[in-house]
Amino acid sequence: MSHWLIAPVLLPALLAPLMLLFLRKRLMESRVVSLAGCLSLLALAGLLMVQADTGIIQTYALGDWRAPFGIILALDRLSALMLMVTAILALAVMIYAVATGLDRKGWHFHPLFQFQLLGLNGAFLTGDLFNLFVFFEVLLIASYGLMLHGGGAARLKAGVQYVVVNLVGSTLFLVAVGLLYGATGTLNMAHMGQRVAEAPAGDHGLILAGGLLMIAVFALKAAVVPLHFWLPRTYGSTSAPVAALFAIMTKVGAYCILRFTTVVFGDGAGELAWAPAPYLLPAALATMLLGFIGVLGARHLRQLAAFSVIGSMGTLVSAIAVFTPASTAAALYYLPHSTFAAAALFLVTDQIARRRGDFGDALSPSPVFAGAGPLSGLFFLTAIAVVGLPPLSGFPGKLLILDAVRDAPGGWWIWGFILGTTVISLLAFARAGSVLFWKSAATTGEIKAATPVAPVASALVVAGLLAVLAALTLAGGPVSAYLNATGEQIFEAGAYGGAVLGPG
Amino acid sequence: MSIEFLVSTAVGVLSAAGIYLVLRARTFPVVLGLAFMSYAINVFLFASGRLVINQPPIWGKDVAAYTDPLPQALVLTAIVIAFGMTALVVVLALRTYLETGTDQIDGLADRSDTPQPPPEETAVLGPDAAPSREAGR
Repeated sequence: MSHWLIAPVLLPALLAPLMLLFLRKRLMESRVVSLAGCLSLLALAGLLMVQADTGIIQTYALGDWRAPFGIILALDRLSALMLMVTAILALAVMIYAVATGLDRKGWHFHPLFQFQLLGLNGAFLTGDLFNLFVFFEVLLIASYGLMLHGGGAARLKAGVQYVVVNLVGSTLFLVAVGLLYGATGTLNMAHMGQRVAEAPAGDHGLILAGGLLMIAVFALKAAVVPLHFWLPRTYGSTSAPVAALFAIMTKVGAYCILRFTTVVFGDGAGELAWAPAPYLLPAALATMLLGFIGVLGARHLRQLAAFSVIGSMGTLVSAIAVFTPASTAAALYYLPHSTFAAAALFLVTDQIARRRGDFGDALSPSPVFAGAGPLSGLFFLTAIAVVGLPPLSGFPGKLLILDAVRDAPGGWWIWGFILGTTVISLLAFARAGSVLFWKSAATTGEIKAATPVAPVASALVVAGLLAVLAALTLAGGPVSAYLNATGEQIFEAGAYGGAVLGPG
Repeated sequence: MSIEFLVSTAVGVLSAAGIYLVLRARTFPVVLGLAFMSYAINVFLFASGRLVINQPPIWGKDVAAYTDPLPQALVLTAIVIAFGMTALVVVLALRTYLETGTDQIDGLADRSDTPQPPPEETAVLGPDAAPSREAGR
């Protein structure tokens, strides 16, 4: 049993209270510790990814209590991938927050950030349903703090809604856990999968109710229509780096949908196999359409970015909802892409809004602002990534999804929706870019700079995220090879259950 | 009356009250509604291990019947988390009320369903509210 497995949970769990206790008023030291933490997390994720790529599913029994009695952490290729995405995003966001001085605008930014990472990493590693609930709560509680960081009336108003929506979500999570425990008598996901397969027909209704309620809770996190209402306002009114970090929060929902369905309602579940799939696909298609129509209708750049998150979640979940190894591999290529692209979009929006003074992020022509040239380039590249045009990774991502769903039931619907929404988003981004940069070039007048302009280092973070996207395209071969192996591993009957519960 | 009937009606009534209150437009009923819902869930989770009366919670070789101890542990965790979250929502609601001057959950101005304070009273309240807001920070 390798102890490295628990390190991504343990490291932020130790750093956060240490910073709270000893570095409360020392900003410089906090920054150093926090950045060092993010860097070590990246190294750990790399190490675990190499270990996971051997194809062996490692497990870590906390307190050496064996499954199904104790709580189990499990590391397969999917978990390692999610850890890596989180680590890269966290490092980028942390550098941006430090460079723009967001952490100076209120207390406890760094500990909250580490608690957020603790919750995320835990959710990706755990193999126990109730433990997943606890890690969800950890990441949500930290996200409440981060979302409200910096204060302001608009942020507080949106914050109350965000908190209330997620509290109701947590309540539903518990209802689902209670239903599933009542019907199967276990909380370990792999064990639950076995029990569902053996369940008498009389219990199927109860199991189905619990499972679908659980999927609904994950869909709430993933902002799948009709549970997406909280997202635009939350992402639109929080600070840009936090919105960029939250790009991974919706992916937690998508990850949980994938993990929970394949482990509990997999091929072995008999009549109940893939029970959530028929509900997921229409919802995902509606999400895609609604998100990108929102992108087209947005009057502010931040709203546009928030709706593009919803749209990309629709694309992602539609590929997941097909539940084949190939479509899952394609979805997992699109997942890191959409995470980094959304983060880059939020950060570039912040860069533009800071330089436009009173005009902020409104999509209306303003006089030319300082540094419009290089920023227009960054915005152009980010838009290419989000829309999914070559040469950045959105293009191969969408291509892989289209290729993988061709023979699936409902595959042609996915084709139509993905191609249609790509055109819509292309229009929306072209219009936003031309208003911000071309029409503005023709407007005379001067800008009263209200917010201090961000230092160059923060713009480099955006460039760095775009470089990651370029690398994702250039290294398409090895990345797809890893992801195809991931898809195969997820759908290999009994692989996850066998590793978690042991051969016995 | 069986204990199953008693527990299930309790869960039902608590959830119904909770859902009704959460759908209200002001923060105070919403907070109460969240509390009701968490109570309902606690009772529900407790019942998910089946309702057993007068049995030990630990299994032994000479014990014929026992109650499931796991839901009780889950309920404890759920109670702690719900308690903490209720405290957070209360503070957040209060802070929002002080900063925005309204406790409508959607952050809009007060609707006419409640009696509006006469204009002179608001004029007196205005400057008074400002220093207390500062003190609250």
